[in-house]
This record gives sequence, structure tokens and C-alpha cells, in this order.
Amino acid sequence: MVSRFFVLLLLTGVGAIFVSLMFGYVPDDALNLTARYYAENTVRDTGAANIVTAIVVTYRGLDTLGEVTVLFLTAAIVGLVLAGSQQGRLRREQPAPGELLVTGTRLLVPLTLLLGVYVFVNGHLTPGGGFQGGAILASAILMLLLADPLREFSHPLISAIESISGLVFVAIGLLGMVYAGGFLDNRILPLGTLGDLISAGAIPVIYSFIGLKVGAEFSSMMVNLSETEEP
Amino acid sequence: MSTIFIIMSLLLCGAMIVAGLMAVWPRRSLPIVILASGLVSLLASVQFLLLAAPDVAMTEAAIGSGLTTFLFFFVLNRVRKGTHHG
Amino acid sequence: MDYIAMSTGFILILIGLFGALTNRNILRMIVAFTVADTGVNLVIVGVGYMRGRTAPILDSAVAAADAVARIIDPVPQALVLTAIVIGVGVTALMLAYAYKLYEKKHTLDIAKFTELKW
Repeated sequence: MVSRFFVLLLLTGVGAIFVSLMFGYVPDDALNLTARYYAENTVRDTGAANIVTAIVVTYRGLDTLGEVTVLFLTAAIVGLVLAGSQQGRLRREQPAPGELLVTGTRLLVPLTLLLGVYVFVNGHLTPGGGFQGGAILASAILMLLLADPLREFSHPLISAIESISGLVFVAIGLLGMVYAGGFLDNRILPLGTLGDLISAGAIPVIYSFIGLKVGAEFSSMMVNLSETEEP
Repeated sequence: MSTIFIIMSLLLCGAMIVAGLMAVWPRRSLPIVILASGLVSLLASVQFLLLAAPDVAMTEAAIGSGLTTFLFFFVLNRVRKGTHHG
Repeated sequence: MDYIAMSTGFILILIGLFGALTNRNILRMIVAFTVADTGVNLVIVGVGYMRGRTAPILDSAVAAADAVARIIDPVPQALVLTAIVIGVGVTALMLAYAYKLYEKKHTLDIAKFTELKW
């Protein structure tokens, strides 16, 4: 381990860089050119009311493809690294979880799943979208895991949902290349009027599949971690 | 109205720094450290809302202070059981 | 308010770096990395904030026609959205590796792992 003195010296150096960055920072008065373009042309190009969603799904859709790939790699590596430590079929003795948790889970899991689906279907109108909805879906699966630690989750089902969602996402992107302007263009479906649920072209469809994929990945990570045996 | 927001921001940031110091102090027990990092994420999510970024606030609240804390506690549970058995 | 958020973010990065460099338990090091990650996201969102303006969502609060004068920069928020999700993926990977290391040696003290030292 490095000694304390060198650590403090390093932190002082990094802190000096941060202080100089803050003194050189001048806040803007008006939007810069990129933000001005997004503010003026989002409704005309994509028909979405949530500008951040329009940027993440259509204007910078390739970044989202990269992020989805990184998450897929993460879930696959966690499954691979923990594969040697899986429990097998024997029952382990656990104390029964409290009755409050079991009853509360029965009430809350359907509501949480509904909330997650609502958040990613309405991603183009209100704050929200695929990633938030996927995390809420994974929280519902986590509640199921906590209330009944010996429940068997079927790994093939989770990986089937994840793979099919990823393939449909790439297929919609390629359809955009065939029928409209480019990869992940959302004009393959009609744009509709601003503020409706069925509007903004293919953005609700794309974000729904991203939400399902992210939820399935987080669930598979947690199920893999909870099925490891005690060393 | 904006002075209320500035006072709230100052309080939130002060609480965040205190929670961050609790999370790295070398003598605290591990569950306290993990809960302190979850508290930092929760306060950061409210601060994101004050900075006019509702999407980011929702993502940080769902992922940062929910899933990350649970991941830590799963692994801590496995490690602790091994230590007690020998 | 942007100065408050940026300075808090920088202080959190320094706290996280200090924790990652001086702790010996692997789980404490991962917690310190998580704190530093939150600090970085706070700095980026703080840079995009402009005084007197509101969130980049066009609904009854902000009409589409005067969006240029009323909303803040939406690009840092899109970047931070991606960064938070990938941050939790990296944390999950670190925890899986920490568990495997514990399985091999039954200790989480990083000074005991000496195979890579020459």
C-alpha cells in the first residue's frame, strides 16, 4: 500500500487542477449551437416532446447501441465468471423471510411491473424512458428474490427475452435504413401530433424493447449473484 | 423562489459530503459504509432534480440507490457467511 | 447553483479517490469508486445548467415555439444517462470478480494477493 503522505500529495495536485477548472468556467447565457438546433428542430424532425429521449434514441442512436452492447457484455461476463460457483440442486437452509415482506411483495410486485411498463411506454412524452423502466422492472424481480430466496428463476426465459429484444432493436434500426433516412430513423411509422401516446414514429417501440432488454439484463445479473453458494 | 432552491442545494451538498466521508472512513463497519454510499446516490438524485434534469434524477434514483446497494449486500452476505464458517 | 453542484462533485471525486487508495478491503474500494462515479455525474450535469431556465421537456409548461429561450442544454443529460447505466454495470463486474477472489483465497485483504508482484 502506498503511504498516506503520497496519497495526500496526489490528491492536492488533482484538487489544484479542479480549482483551476472552476475558476476558468464561465456559465452560458444563451444555448450553444448544438443545443439550439435540438431545441428548434426536435418537434419537426422526430415529433417527440421529450428532447432528451429524442437525442438518446434517434439523433445519437449509435451511442445507445453501444451502451446496450456494453450492458449485454456485462451480463454475459457476470454469468460466465459465477458459473463455477452455482449452487446446484440441493436445498440450503435459510431463515424464513418475515411475513411483512412476503405479504408486501404480493401486493407490490404487480404494481411495480405496471409502473415500469408505464415509464418506458411514455418515454417520449414525460421524463422517463427505457433505462428507467428497465431498472424498475428489475426492482420488481428483486422483490420476488428477497421474499422467496429458494425460488427457481428460469435462466433460459430471461436470456430469451434479452436476446429477442436486442435483435428486434437492431432490426428496427435496419428497417430505418431501408425505409427512411438512416440507421434508427424513427420516421418508418407516422409522426402524429405532439403530445399523443401514439406519436413520434417508432420511438415508443424502440424504447419499449430497450426497456425490456435492460430489465432482463439487470435481473439476470442479480439472479446469478444470488445463486452462488457459500464458500 | 430561487433563494429557497439555493438553500436546499447547499443543505443537500453538505449532507452529501458528510455521507461521502462516512463511506470512506477506514474504521466503520461494512453495512454502514454501503448504506452511506446509497445515501450519497439518493441525495444526488434530488440534487439532479434541482438542476432541472428529471430524466437523470429518475435514473439515478432507480439504479444508483436501489440496484447498486442491493448488489453490494448480496455479495456481503456471501462473504460474511464464509467468514463465520471458518 | 451550478457552482455549488460542480464543487460538490469535485469534492466527492477527491473523497472517492482517497478511499480507493487507502482502504485495504476490496469491498471498501469498490464503494469508494461508486462515490467517485456519482461525483463525476454531478459535475457533468452541473455544467449543463443555466440560470432561470427549466427542463428540456415540451409540455404545458414550455410550448414548442419558445423552447429556445426557456430550456437548458439537453446534451449533458443524455451523456449522463448513459454514464449512470454503464457505471452500475462496471460495479456489478467488480463485485463478481471480488467474489471469485474471495472464493480462491478466503480473504478480502488486497495486500495478501501477491501473485502478480515480482
